[in-house]
Amino acid sequence: MAAANVNPTRMELTRLKKKLTTARRGHKLLKDKRDELMRQFLEMVRRNQALRESVEKQIAQANAHFAMARSAMSDEAVRVAFMSPKQELRLEVQTNNIMSVEVPLYQSQTRTSREGDIYSYGFAFTSGDLDAGVASLAQALPDMLKLAESEKSCQLMAAEIEKTRRRVNALEHVMIPQTEESIRFITMKLDENERSAQSRLMKVKDMMLAEAHHYQ
Amino acid sequence: MYKIAVMGDWDSIYGFGALGMDTYRTDMQESEEAVRLLRRLAGQEYAVIYVTEALAAQMPEEIERYRTQPSPAIILIPGIAGNTGEGMAALHKSVEQAVGSDILK
Repeated sequence: MAAANVNPTRMELTRLKKKLTTARRGHKLLKDKRDELMRQFLEMVRRNQALRESVEKQIAQANAHFAMARSAMSDEAVRVAFMSPKQELRLEVQTNNIMSVEVPLYQSQTRTSREGDIYSYGFAFTSGDLDAGVASLAQALPDMLKLAESEKSCQLMAAEIEKTRRRVNALEHVMIPQTEESIRFITMKLDENERSAQSRLMKVKDMMLAEAHHYQ
Repeated sequence: MYKIAVMGDWDSIYGFGALGMDTYRTDMQESEEAVRLLRRLAGQEYAVIYVTEALAAQMPEEIERYRTQPSPAIILIPGIAGNTGEGMAALHKSVEQAVGSDILK
């Protein structure tokens, strides 16, 4: 153990005792952090799961429309229809701090505010299913952004929880027991030294008395 | 200002172009090219990159690399061929990483 490597001095003992209190306080704080992170993470992950299910369903619906449209239109026609989109989507990214984890918040902005601008083509030469597909994608968009937000948050929080859990375990199972062991070793050693000094003094006293009074 | 990108095969992603996202079509056979494209996009001003599940399955290591980075967020979406469950699996993976076992099942 590490106890064998420490200097059995009072200074070292004070230092170790201070280290132990710090480690204990850190351990308690980190444990609280881990528990709170875990609570928020589970809440978020449940929400994320529901969100993902709904987004996947909406996209599947849109894809069904697109598949129909593709069957009615040629490759070129589809490509031409989407060649120059009217709408432009921009994101403003802010961060929210959850227990010292920086999670993103997306705020979407479109270049034009007219709803009809998602159709980048004239309706004359395209299939009606194409419009339906685009419309259902547009409907899914807010949820998709929310999904991106919460999924990234979940990933970041999962990483942070793992890190915190490791720290808690390292403190609990390595740092604190080792420091305690060292402290015990030093106290034992110091006590032992004190006892040996005591008995030496007693012995010396006996010897001096014997010499002064000429016992024997 | 950040932008949104969508990566995948053309049939799965062209609709997103109409919403104002940037679509990048990738060839399913060329996963190396897709990896290069993803790296290039991640270096640009894209905050969110949607990747089809089929494409993501071709380059799991690359997707993994961006998991713990604050930006960009790489989100899996089902492609036109249907839902492979890959996106949900990614979520379960997060839970497993945090909790130690998958408690959502």
